[in-house]
Amino acid sequence: MHHSGDLDMTRRGLLLGTAATAALTAAPFRAPARAATVGETAMPPPATGADTSSLSPVLSKVTFTVNGQRRDLELDTRTTLLDALREHLHLTGTKKGCDHGQCGACTIIVDGQRINSCLSLAVMHEGGDVTTIEGLGLPGKLHPMQAAFVEHDGYQCGYCTPGQICSAVAMLDEIKAGVPSHVTADLNAAPQATADEYRERMSGNICRCGAYSNIVDAISDVARREA
Amino acid sequence: MRPFTYERADSPAAAAAAVERRPGAKFIAGGTNLLDLMKLEIETPAHLIDVNGLKLDTLEATPDGGLRIGALVRNTDLAADPRVRRDYGVLSRALLAGASGQLRNKATTAGNLLQRTRCPYFYDTNQPCNKRQPGSGCAAIGGYSRQLAVVGSSEACIATHPSDMAVAMRALDATVETVRADGTTRTIPIAEFHRLPGDTPHIETALVPGELITAVTLPKPVGGTHVYRKVRDRASYAFALVSVAAVVQRDGSGRVAVGGVAHKPWRVEAAEAEIPRGAKAVTAGLLADAKPTHDNAFKLTLVERTLASVLAEAKG
Repeated sequence: MHHSGDLDMTRRGLLLGTAATAALTAAPFRAPARAATVGETAMPPPATGADTSSLSPVLSKVTFTVNGQRRDLELDTRTTLLDALREHLHLTGTKKGCDHGQCGACTIIVDGQRINSCLSLAVMHEGGDVTTIEGLGLPGKLHPMQAAFVEHDGYQCGYCTPGQICSAVAMLDEIKAGVPSHVTADLNAAPQATADEYRERMSGNICRCGAYSNIVDAISDVARREA
Repeated sequence: MRPFTYERADSPAAAAAAVERRPGAKFIAGGTNLLDLMKLEIETPAHLIDVNGLKLDTLEATPDGGLRIGALVRNTDLAADPRVRRDYGVLSRALLAGASGQLRNKATTAGNLLQRTRCPYFYDTNQPCNKRQPGSGCAAIGGYSRQLAVVGSSEACIATHPSDMAVAMRALDATVETVRADGTTRTIPIAEFHRLPGDTPHIETALVPGELITAVTLPKPVGGTHVYRKVRDRASYAFALVSVAAVVQRDGSGRVAVGGVAHKPWRVEAAEAEIPRGAKAVTAGLLADAKPTHDNAFKLTLVERTLASVLAEAKG
């Protein structure tokens, strides 16, 4: 059903609009912060770095594979892998949550391993093989983990979901490869595929809606079918 | 984030020379801590030297029966190595107690040693911090200090070192191997690698500018029961309030290093003679010079109780 009348707005459009409003609201609070920055320039620079405030943006070329497709990019060196995917390749399935490696929303699979794409520079992935949520599966041809999240209702708002799914897929591979975890009882035995293991190993993916129990059910279901 | 130029290094000495040559240059490996701090403009390198291509990512047995860990071995791979799991269990356990699966896949051995404190006042650029801005003062002293140091701190800084891995390496008497721009190498005992804050808390290690870590070497296995116990505010993915790394032998002798209490992994060898007499006696020696704040005095009791639990587990 479609009740929005003339307001034909996508969810993404709505979120962008909300973000703009938030930025306007925040504007008065940013002024003192800028003043503090200016004041700091009179103080001695931090011992750990030179004064780089006058340096212009630097562009660098990088080539890597995303979801099986070769991508050639020329990026500001500061561009994270997350921003390269979202802002330059328009693969917006990968989400930006905290942008500091604390929430896991940006989890993708690079060279077979799950990483936080917000804490990695795009230029550091020359020749890399990147898989995002779009590369795992798309509507009509879902990856078993995507299908299991739908079946078990492993989300509410869905914002953390792409990161949860990429993390879960790579996490099961880590158990298969024999990587132990904090809750593995015997370090010298093969780790078991159990709910306790999933909870510990998925602790880098935060779900503020609290869909954790259904996420564990979805992962357990996939692991059982793969076994 | 401030703009920076970027290059990939092709040899350890060339990487060291590149950093020495350019003021404000830094090495980048996993980047999980450096990029976090660059986004906050706490770290502001003008040039990054990517060391990931230096092939320092292997583990190899040493001639005297030890294990040489390449600087770029990822935390996941180090924790999962069969030799580490069998002979240096305390190290495997410490690594697995730290960070998240995603971060351990990126974080390197050398980068873990070099990570910066998580003191909230170091992270808040609106606050004075002698570590971030030498001479500006310490907002943590008299501030919210629940997580901060209880021993070895100074009037200038009460930050802690956040690593779990380094605490286990301290108990195992690891040595850090480095190379300098001119190609000379040296080994630094882990006990001397991290510094106490004193009046220069911004100088955190024994490394000189441009010096690059190439490996961490563990001496031959000492046997015994290996335990790493981490006490934190949630069950996973949090920094330690207190952690204990212990290797205890059947005759009751052993080694104990403590994390979450000081600017470096905290070990007092003289206190280890007290292990057969129990946690209270060991803690008395370990924390004899402790100067806790009102907020973190609980850590003294927490160290003793955590150690008691660890020693009981080690006895079986």
